[in-house]
Amino acid sequence: MLLVPCPWCGPRAEIEFRYGGQAGIAYPKDPDGLTDAEWVEYLFLRDNPKGPWRERWVHTAGCRRWFDVTRDTLTNEFLG
Amino acid sequence: MTASRLAASGDRIDRSRLVRFEFDGGSLTGFAGDTIASALLANGIDLVGRSIYHARPRGIVSAGPEEPNALVRVVWPSGVSEPMLRATTVPIEDGLRVASLAGRGRLETTTDPGRFDAANRHCEVLVIGAGASGLAAAEAARDAAPADRVFVIDAQPALAGPEVQPDTTALGIYDHGYVTAVQRHPTPTTDGRLWHIRAKRIVIATGATERPIVFANDDRPGIMLAGAGATYIERYGVRPGERAVIFTTNGTTDAVAATLGAAGVEIVATVDARAGEAVVDTLGDDAGRISGVVITSEGAAPTTVEADLLLVSGGWNPNVALWAQARGTLRFDERIAAFVPDGRGPGVPIEAVGAAAGEIEGIGELRPLWVVPPHGESGGDTSDPWIRHYVDLGRDATVSDLRRALGAGLTSIEHVKRYTTIGTGIDQGRTSGVVTSAIAAAILGQEVGAVGVPTFRPPTVPVSFAQLAARDRGALADPIRTTPIHPWHVANGAVFEDVGQWKRPRHFPQADESMEEAVLRECVAARSGVAVMDATTLGKIDVQGPDAGVFLDRVYTNTFSTLKVGSCRYGLMCRADGMVFDDGVTSRLAEDRYHMTTTTGNAAAVLDHLEEWLQTEWPDLRVRATSVTEQWATIAVVGPHARDVVARVAPGLDLSTEAFGFMTWRDAVIAGVVGRVFRISFSGELAYELNVPTWHGLALWKALIAVGEPLGITPYGTEAMHVLRAEKGYPIIGQETDGTTTPQDLGMGGLVSTKKDFIGRRSHRRPDAARADRKQLVGLLPTDPTALLPEGAQLVSLDADLATTPVPMLGHVTSSYRSAALGRTFALALVKGGRDRLGERALAPLVTGTVEVEITGSVLFDPESRRRDGEPPA
Repeated sequence: MLLVPCPWCGPRAEIEFRYGGQAGIAYPKDPDGLTDAEWVEYLFLRDNPKGPWRERWVHTAGCRRWFDVTRDTLTNEFLG
Repeated sequence: MTASRLAASGDRIDRSRLVRFEFDGGSLTGFAGDTIASALLANGIDLVGRSIYHARPRGIVSAGPEEPNALVRVVWPSGVSEPMLRATTVPIEDGLRVASLAGRGRLETTTDPGRFDAANRHCEVLVIGAGASGLAAAEAARDAAPADRVFVIDAQPALAGPEVQPDTTALGIYDHGYVTAVQRHPTPTTDGRLWHIRAKRIVIATGATERPIVFANDDRPGIMLAGAGATYIERYGVRPGERAVIFTTNGTTDAVAATLGAAGVEIVATVDARAGEAVVDTLGDDAGRISGVVITSEGAAPTTVEADLLLVSGGWNPNVALWAQARGTLRFDERIAAFVPDGRGPGVPIEAVGAAAGEIEGIGELRPLWVVPPHGESGGDTSDPWIRHYVDLGRDATVSDLRRALGAGLTSIEHVKRYTTIGTGIDQGRTSGVVTSAIAAAILGQEVGAVGVPTFRPPTVPVSFAQLAARDRGALADPIRTTPIHPWHVANGAVFEDVGQWKRPRHFPQADESMEEAVLRECVAARSGVAVMDATTLGKIDVQGPDAGVFLDRVYTNTFSTLKVGSCRYGLMCRADGMVFDDGVTSRLAEDRYHMTTTTGNAAAVLDHLEEWLQTEWPDLRVRATSVTEQWATIAVVGPHARDVVARVAPGLDLSTEAFGFMTWRDAVIAGVVGRVFRISFSGELAYELNVPTWHGLALWKALIAVGEPLGITPYGTEAMHVLRAEKGYPIIGQETDGTTTPQDLGMGGLVSTKKDFIGRRSHRRPDAARADRKQLVGLLPTDPTALLPEGAQLVSLDADLATTPVPMLGHVTSSYRSAALGRTFALALVKGGRDRLGERALAPLVTGTVEVEITGSVLFDPESRRRDGEPPA
């Protein structure tokens, strides 16, 4: 069980959080301007790197805030 | 073997405290501090079970968790039982009942009556193991950290001192210094405790486990690991035999020999692999106990000596399971011929010390000897000479099995493990693991280090599900939520159903009514008289802020910014993929404030959804969303006489249709309490949803029952609610929908705005969303009006060939009921291209026969909605 660094509450056990997947996938400014393929990419397609990546968490059983954090998917270490 | 209690020695037992226990129905005594195994040996019982597949007689091999043979079922005086434990790890106590097993236990069929708990511990340093090196590490850690921030656990009973948590075995190491451990009987009233430990640094001081040497008939009772033989003498004052042979590869048996000598055990031979000697076979008495040992010396003919005890030391394996779980690497250390910790894994600093790090005291020079090849007759009556070379006693797996696995081309040690099951028994390969790797390496012509060992996984020792669940069982497994009206429901015979964590009345049977009869009666009351339902569980979210309207326009498929204060609107919510996520009626309380309602089971998910979009996409919007589900008690008053009832509890409220129209709400004093009345209907009948602060919910309910009594007011449950809404074609999200259903599929395209963007809108433009054969919500009327379709039933076309599978499916039944209002059965269904099939017939092939249905529109009752203001003029 990870020890997730909540920026508001400090390091807390993973069971207090919900995972939010890849960070930085913004809702498109103009959905109608996107092709179907581009929309599908926004909806469903995510990176799956080995190594550091940026991901989202929400502290559901704590402050209920969303935040982004970098985690090494190989070692599970949080890098800030 | 003739084991017996010695007159003296035994630092773990208290000779002043006699303990009576039962073994296989017979009464035995031991001393406090004895394990079952030591007490059995003290009583001269050396044959403790049969092996799992070969039914070979087996004895006690070890004095610890590595025991592969001495498996027992244990029932404690409290009634708590465990189906399969190692006799070497369970302390005896008065009234303990022990039964031997033939290699495996039977699952208990009754609920575990044990009382288990869990505890958390955060520390700077966790030391696992309180031997000399563990205690030294703890001492050093206390120099740098406060004493109470150094946590030392040890699997053995209290010996090391008050600073050590005894009887506690680490089960697993996980990410970020998280360690689980199980403690047996932490208090007189607790059967076990699961520790959740979070450490900044971990010291593994788990020692080492002696390993056997494989030879023919190496599984007889009386063959024991050498160190265990000494342990029984020193710790428990038990002499494990009278005439012993020691078979060794290393120097640790020197001390064993001294201990045996001091205890009066005659050492008839020491067979030292370093001198080219080996035990090639053993002989047994009538019961299978060891009676003789066949010894060879390089170049010489085998000789046989009489013995009742054979103590074996193939060397020592550092206990590296936890190290490896933490993704530390291992290397094969030729010096001790064993795998030792090498590079540490990621995460918090972990260090192995002492024997766990490969520093085996007294090991001296070691000559690896893993397996002694068969001689002459050791194959017995079979042509395979390896059939009695047991590698894993717990699995009855032999060198023969190992050779077969390798011969079949399994070269990975992981595959060998799975094929032979070596290492999958209760001792998890503690005695057999490295031996297997070494034998495999020899056969494959590889280095042992290159073959490696199978992956170590938690738990390190067996742990019961009841212990893992700890207090989270039964009523404590999940919170139970009840409404303020719950006591009335209980007192009035409600039958409850679980909706999420809520207990909701499903129906209120009277006298001997069946559920079907009760539901029909409740439905009739709602459609012809007046009925009340506790709708408190409905999710309620207070949405406030200057941008609340803009926000709801983005969240709902339809528009809420134009909703007038005092009005209500039904809304549909989609996720970004365009599929329906939730629905409910949302009312505008003020320019900057809305009262949102959600499906009961989805309330938390909707609030999370709102928060996610507010925080991550639209932080510029000045909006706050707060759950108020538990702040309001909600009671639906439904039926043509609803107005008369509400008038009596809210006399100050003008209830005329002109003053208080459908889909509006009013502040009101209800039964003397300030609350809100919403004119919304989930049944198509005239209905009011009364909201009062939760505290007053029960009083209002009782007031409604009292004033409605002359009108025959009838409480109804969720089942009648479902029938009433289904008659009107109102879908339930999660029942009619399944995560692949769009608003258009539900026939609610009219609620999907074309003038604004909202979550999911772009997805509705994907070609898939416009497919003509999408499943659409329709009604079904069985041709036989008494035939009740099961929910989930599949539908096929009339001309479907049921003999040729797969049969193309048209769709499936989502809801199915008997309707009092329709005087027949009906159903809702999702059917491919359903709205183009109205009037067509289809088949529902069931186990009990095929039911023909007519596909209809989804609104089967009062399609013109003439009843929503009350009984329409005839």
